[in-house]
Amino acid sequence: MIPFNFDYYKPNTLTDAINLYTELDSMGKSPIYYGGGTEFISMARVHNVHTKAVIDIKGIPECNIHVLKNTKLTIGSAITLTNIAIKNHFPLLSRTVKRIADHTIQDKITLGGNLAGTIIYKESLLPLMVANANIVLEGINGSRTVPIMDVFCKEMNISKEELIVQVIIDERYLNLPSLHVKRTKNEKIDYPLITLVALVDQGKINIAFSGLSDFPFRTKLLEDILNDESFSKDERIKKFINNIPYKILDDLAGSSEYRKFMLNVMLNETLENLQEAL
Amino acid sequence: MGHIPQIGISIPKKESWNKVTGRAKYNGDHITSDTLHARILTSTHAHAIIKSIDFTKAEKSKGVQGIITGDYLPVLTGSIIEDRPPIAKDKVRYFGEPIAVVIANTEGEASYAIKLIDVEYEPLLVINFLQDAMKEDSILIHEKLSQYHHPSVEANPQFNTNIAGSTKIRKGDVHKAFNDSYIILEHNYSLPQSDHSAMETRNTIAEILPSGEVVINTSSQAPFAIKEELSKVFGLSKSKLIVRTPLVGGAFGGKATVQLEFIAYIASLAVGGRKVRIANTREQDMFSSPAKIGVDAKIKIGATEDGIIRALEATYLVDCGAYSDTGPRMAKAIASSCTGPYNIENVYCDAFALYTNHIYVTSYRGFGHVAATFPVERSIDKLAIALNMDPLELRLKNAIREGNTTPTQSKVTLSNTGNVEECINKLKTLINWEEGQVVQNIDDTIRAKGMACFWKTSNSAPDAISGVILKLNSDGGVDVNFGAVEIGPGMKTAICQIVAEKMKMDINKVHPFMEVDTQISPKHWKTVASMTTFMAGNAAIKACESIIKQLKSIGSIVLRCTPEDLDVANQKVFLRDDPSVFIHFKDLAHGYKYADGPSIGGEIIGHGNYIMKHLVPLNPETGQGKTGPSITVGAQAVEIEYDPVKYDYRLLKAATIIDAGKIINPGAAKGLLMGGMSMGLGLATREEFVYNAQGQLENSSLRTYKLIHFGEQPEYLVEFVETEQIDAPFGARGLAEHGIIGIPAALANAISIASQADFDTLPISPETIWKAKTGGKYDSL
Amino acid sequence: MLKISGNTTLVLNINGEDREIIAKPSDTLLYTLRNQLGLTGAKPGCENGDCGACTVLVDDWPIKSCLMLTVEALGKKITTIEGLNNIPIQKAFIENWGFQCGYCTSGFIMVCHSLSIHHPDADEHTIEEWLQSNLCRCTSYQEIRDAINSILK
Repeated sequence: MIPFNFDYYKPNTLTDAINLYTELDSMGKSPIYYGGGTEFISMARVHNVHTKAVIDIKGIPECNIHVLKNTKLTIGSAITLTNIAIKNHFPLLSRTVKRIADHTIQDKITLGGNLAGTIIYKESLLPLMVANANIVLEGINGSRTVPIMDVFCKEMNISKEELIVQVIIDERYLNLPSLHVKRTKNEKIDYPLITLVALVDQGKINIAFSGLSDFPFRTKLLEDILNDESFSKDERIKKFINNIPYKILDDLAGSSEYRKFMLNVMLNETLENLQEAL
Repeated sequence: MGHIPQIGISIPKKESWNKVTGRAKYNGDHITSDTLHARILTSTHAHAIIKSIDFTKAEKSKGVQGIITGDYLPVLTGSIIEDRPPIAKDKVRYFGEPIAVVIANTEGEASYAIKLIDVEYEPLLVINFLQDAMKEDSILIHEKLSQYHHPSVEANPQFNTNIAGSTKIRKGDVHKAFNDSYIILEHNYSLPQSDHSAMETRNTIAEILPSGEVVINTSSQAPFAIKEELSKVFGLSKSKLIVRTPLVGGAFGGKATVQLEFIAYIASLAVGGRKVRIANTREQDMFSSPAKIGVDAKIKIGATEDGIIRALEATYLVDCGAYSDTGPRMAKAIASSCTGPYNIENVYCDAFALYTNHIYVTSYRGFGHVAATFPVERSIDKLAIALNMDPLELRLKNAIREGNTTPTQSKVTLSNTGNVEECINKLKTLINWEEGQVVQNIDDTIRAKGMACFWKTSNSAPDAISGVILKLNSDGGVDVNFGAVEIGPGMKTAICQIVAEKMKMDINKVHPFMEVDTQISPKHWKTVASMTTFMAGNAAIKACESIIKQLKSIGSIVLRCTPEDLDVANQKVFLRDDPSVFIHFKDLAHGYKYADGPSIGGEIIGHGNYIMKHLVPLNPETGQGKTGPSITVGAQAVEIEYDPVKYDYRLLKAATIIDAGKIINPGAAKGLLMGGMSMGLGLATREEFVYNAQGQLENSSLRTYKLIHFGEQPEYLVEFVETEQIDAPFGARGLAEHGIIGIPAALANAISIASQADFDTLPISPETIWKAKTGGKYDSL
Repeated sequence: MLKISGNTTLVLNINGEDREIIAKPSDTLLYTLRNQLGLTGAKPGCENGDCGACTVLVDDWPIKSCLMLTVEALGKKITTIEGLNNIPIQKAFIENWGFQCGYCTSGFIMVCHSLSIHHPDADEHTIEEWLQSNLCRCTSYQEIRDAINSILK
């Protein structure tokens, strides 16, 4: 039950969506783009978000593309996590999204929604980070395609009227050796204590995390440490953990010290599992 | 005439098809357009003076019909101590306490207006820990404790303290027994507050009709208690107070007290008696409505060299939160069962029910027995290690037997308690104890078993009553009407089975009135304490006897014999010596009509009742007394797989052997015990309320307060020992709560032995184990 | 472009029938089903997507109706528990003691029904994945596992 009223719009084109946003915004209606809506509804019911206009993007063709063509995998922002898992073009992404929320909700959460939400975990971002994906954004000045790593650096760096349209992943990343490990406090259906996603590209591990800090991250510094074979496995892991550039989360899911312990276990598993691919 | 048994057989619940088709109606499913909706504004502070509440903006909000605060109709409520205003007045004592109620045309409008209310607080110091509540110079949560009325004999509030009640057990001479002991162990234990989490949140509709009738439709375990309490608090005529309860979507003790009903009544009063509905959001159900107790315990046990436990000394601090509710009664329940089902001749125990600035508590499945069982069962495992004995054999050695006495010095018989030894022996086989408590797997993981025994009696009111009305239909079927609420265990069906068995007829011809309406149904104390089958079953047997007597009486006229010549079975009244001479129930049910017209008899209606017998309040100095009509005992085990590298574990098996006397419906009973074990594993592994330093509850949604999900369950095993209770209906003792009781201790015992560390605090998460094993510091070396 | 503002008459396809309802954009599908159509089989348990008691099928896939706006259901096929009539999983829940209070049952049955449509031969892993979307506080889940296993394959 949402305790306030809003208008609902379902545009059929990107241009309509952007224009609508700009117009509604100028009218003070604080519009929001709406994908699956799971986060919006659960926040709205407890007064944690307010809007007078909801723009549902599920009618926009570009946001519903899900195709592997010309060495590029394009996934529209309105594609649901369930759909990603079923089509399974990018197994690492499938494995990751299959552990977000629960199976039923995965059929409602959209890729765009998971990326653009306020949730600190955004686990679907991790495979996109390690696969050097690009993101397509539509704004008042038209469309731009940028590396996803440039947009998601601690915070989401896009202007408010900009709409996430698609993500594009180079085909060569889709079936590289990879690993997804999610650890929770206790319960399978839960936010991550730590989610780790790794992929081996040209003998090097690309690695990204959720739950370790209050935003998902992938850093060159840590990857260099992990890939520096002049040190032993144990030394690399130790150095890795000591050089995390962000504050490690300390919350109900687990203390920061416990997260470090768990990260140690997970990194060991990662190096063991990906050994052959290196 | 042959009779097919109607008890001891697994019959699906009568309402089953309604439940699997979505047609079963719960309280919130009766949606009418004449209903107003109320929302409650709750406190953001755990302890504060309410300086002001400004609702001028909210009042003008669309659809708002009325706004009330604690000043509107100030009353104090409580079944043991009258200490709780339904809406806080002047002061708040816990985070989540109701402080204002908005009544509006729609739920959305009420919810919107709530946000427009401004409250100014003056924060006070917070009591966040039990030991702080006990300090002599502690701040007081109830400064006027001395002025509160306390109707119950169980209340003995100690003025100018935070002690709402206390129970003392003094049996034998512990000092002497400790002196004589070969070994003495003393440890501290702790169990946090937690949530009932019934899938249906608490909700209520109240209406005051122009004729003066007050109608409450509510999701409750205790419609008759609501009637009593509302009548008492608001001075209402009991004849004009009608409480109705349809099927309830889970309760677990959380719906046994009166809370939203008070508020709904006041809200209805504020809008001219119109129908007002209040439904808790999930979050409010967790942080505003009452929860499960938290307990800190200190236990000292002394034993001989060969493992005979000679003495037990225990102190329990029970976290009642901000208001007493049934907290003092649970403290009593803990104290009076503190030894577990073991024969300990020297027992000193003190249990204190304490006020803190946590959410207030009420009954929860097991009524304090999880907290009573955990310390003693952990202690026994520690004793076994110290004496180098098998913990199962140690329990066998000390198991309570006929002729022993309980901590309250009431006598144990096989009939009133059952057979602990047999439960332990059966468990031994069921979980293959012989293979060893710890087994090393090839992959370096460890498989380990832990066990615990339990016992529990009802702790019911000494004058608790139940009644059953039976009516015969003109097709010879029987309608059953009694006042226990169907909250899930299938007691409506169980009572029908008892009726069918007593009447020697087919269960399919016996039908329950599924709802409870206090105007129509005979009074049933409360649907709590695993007492429904026992109490209502005894009443049902009497009601059957009344029906049978009437049938025989009218049948004797028709069949031209004496009533003594007749018997009843298969819906027929027949001659004992010649069953071929009979008359069918249907021809007698609404009067017998002779072929030539005249009729005799009339509608056959039977009733029976039951009242608790021989329960004696505890002596304040010694604790001597009797707390329930019988005790149900059992033995439980949990088997886990422990990973010593990740400090992680997996649940493999959970088992219960219970002696609940005759099992009326084995399928239903097994389900109840498995469900209880599942909740017990929840308490053991993950469920706890987490408060921050300001006493604010931090995990009040199902997103953050985790329940076990599908797939995480172990394999559940249940078997029965059936030592019949002489004065119970067909020998059936209570069993509905019991599956939960020993499971947390059994799991803690399994993890402790697997990891070689002591786990005396619940819940036990992998991080807890990691902390215990490593000191809680990540060591990068 | 579709625009809906305030209370509007809409047509939803529910249990094989086109039904006219009045809803505003902020109404959830759960609210409309219960308050407009009296289809109270879908239950509010948390209204936050955590418990699954409100699960219905949208185009044969389980959806938590508390996390879907009514207006999103336009043009889709909605199935509620009331639309299932004496199908094997309902009987299996009874025979395997798959419920006690029954409040979560509609949601569980909808998930099981959808699972049996999409994966009639689902393995244990898939069963777990699907059924982990719902909470039951009365049973131990073993009963529900027995129920679903009895109708698959």
